[in-house]
Amino acid sequence: MSFDPVFTFGTIAAAALIGLGVSHAVDGSQSGAPVAVGELVVLAPGSFNHSQPGEFLKDNHPAPAPVLKETIDTPLEIMKFQVSATDYDRCVSDGACKAADSRRAGNVPATGVSFTDAQAYANWLSARTGETWRLPTDLEWAYAAGERFRADIEAGEGDPADPARRWLTQYRNEVALGRKSDPEPRAPGSFGLNSKGVADIAGNVWEWTSTCYAHATMSGGGIASSISNCGVHVVEGFHRTYMSNFIRDGKSGGCAVGTPPDNLGFRLVHDHGGFLQAAVRRLGLI
Amino acid sequence: MLTRREALLGSVLTAAAVATLGSAPVMAAAKDVAGLPREKVTLVAPPFVHAHDQVAKGGPKVVEFTMKIEEKPMDIDADGTQLNAMTYNGSIPGPLMVVHEGDYLELTLINPDTNTLAHNIDFHAATGALGGGGLTLVNPGEQVTLRFKATRPGTFVYHCAPGGAMIPWHVVSGMSGAVMVLPRDGLKDDKGKPVHYDRIYYIGENDFYIPRDEQGKFKKYDSAGDNYDDTVKVMRGLIPTHVVFNGKAGSLTGQNAMKAKVGETVLIVHSQANRDTRPHLIGGHGDFVWEGGKFANPPAKDMETWFIRGGSAGAALYTFRQPGVYAYVNHNLIEAVELGATAHFTVDGSWDDDLMMQVEPPKAIAS
Repeated sequence: MSFDPVFTFGTIAAAALIGLGVSHAVDGSQSGAPVAVGELVVLAPGSFNHSQPGEFLKDNHPAPAPVLKETIDTPLEIMKFQVSATDYDRCVSDGACKAADSRRAGNVPATGVSFTDAQAYANWLSARTGETWRLPTDLEWAYAAGERFRADIEAGEGDPADPARRWLTQYRNEVALGRKSDPEPRAPGSFGLNSKGVADIAGNVWEWTSTCYAHATMSGGGIASSISNCGVHVVEGFHRTYMSNFIRDGKSGGCAVGTPPDNLGFRLVHDHGGFLQAAVRRLGLI
Repeated sequence: MLTRREALLGSVLTAAAVATLGSAPVMAAAKDVAGLPREKVTLVAPPFVHAHDQVAKGGPKVVEFTMKIEEKPMDIDADGTQLNAMTYNGSIPGPLMVVHEGDYLELTLINPDTNTLAHNIDFHAATGALGGGGLTLVNPGEQVTLRFKATRPGTFVYHCAPGGAMIPWHVVSGMSGAVMVLPRDGLKDDKGKPVHYDRIYYIGENDFYIPRDEQGKFKKYDSAGDNYDDTVKVMRGLIPTHVVFNGKAGSLTGQNAMKAKVGETVLIVHSQANRDTRPHLIGGHGDFVWEGGKFANPPAKDMETWFIRGGSAGAALYTFRQPGVYAYVNHNLIEAVELGATAHFTVDGSWDDDLMMQVEPPKAIAS
């Protein structure tokens, strides 16, 4: 594995799991097994060029997504691995999450979960730990994904007089990627680390983000206006796509081509109030 | 003591109500046929169709085909769900065979000894002997040759029908295909005016019934025989687990999407040997559609969706007028999207604003 020292502060805790006692939960009435929070990767602030999510109009015609310089201005603490089926099942046992439509249980990523499920898990974990856990934004996910980030499948500039040009280009680009279906979830780490030390980016589990789908109108190089639909959220993985909040299985059909998400899962971001102190506090609780 | 082969044959014949037909010799007007020219055709796997004349050149002839039956596991969706397939010539559906009215179709059917089951072929285009089924039962290690006269122009299903309970099981294991008997002077529109096609695609639709285990996962079996009891239970529920084109969900999408150009006329032959279906070309039409598939009847015009009866093949002629990506579906959309019956066309050419244009793109509602 190769870490990029510029972007990576390091991982919190060498141990794979940080045990958090029940006393740490906000709701003192909750009891049971300690909540396990997977290893975190802390990414240093930085700037990068980012292909924006959504659909874009320029001069009243579909246009490629603008690439804008974006900045992450505080350290980003993100789970090194996707939330596991075992972790998710703890939330289910607590009655705070609906059982997943997983293909497999145990030490594999939680799959068969919707945006709504992922939100429920983040809320539950926050309540149990007394800390803030949330889904990453599209921007944060892309930052953590680093060189493995792939935006929407490109449809090109197209021809204002011929809308079919972009449809055909996008279809052929998707075909050219040649990705084969790979539905069986694998053990965490199976898809390796990226240059930032984040595991399993762009494997066979696509991940929910907190960013809403949007129609945006461009003017010049920037976005002039945007209408978002938060019933649909950005999903990231091998490619970026958009899924209704209640979808648990992103299978394609009808007009879609052939690269639907194999599985839907998620990882969370930890909103830190001084991450080192938080780490020390947590380690002290073990 | 019975050999394995005799046991298989015996069980099939016992099950078959057709046993009394036995294997009567082919003894029609063989002398008349003997003088006819013969043509040997090499079949190609669907959705493609072997080269053929749309208007017959010269008089009737004997057109020879050979198909080898292959029993083998095949994936029927992207999840790797497996069918213990029985196939004509290795593909689901079996290849489309094209002849002209008045021609003789002569098929040599080979059942290699690597197979475990007896098979035959029932041609809906043929007359007598249960469509030829009564004359073509071959055990592993045997081959048979059948000739029939193509007396009726149209698209017709063929399928395996080895008797009794074996019939639906072999069909839903993949053993069906189609024959197209063209009028000698080619296809005609509703007014009797000749029409031709620039491309032809053959789509065979299948309903599959894969058993599940206690966890709801699709089961895998070592051989076709092992799945029989479980599969029949699913079949009797009449609700397929998969409804797919050409043997697999997604078999005609992406890399394998069908191709056409604006201005080209495409003939789509669609067969379903077991169950009703309703093809629809999203964003297009059927200019001329032989729903029942029989070319002596005038085609219906301007169809949005057409009906293919289970156990038949139909044909739809369409000239593409707009470029883009088209989905060709069974317009029971649950079957199209959830169960797999979706194919794609990619069509190149110039967009026609007169036929359609986006007058205003999506924007905030004007208050």
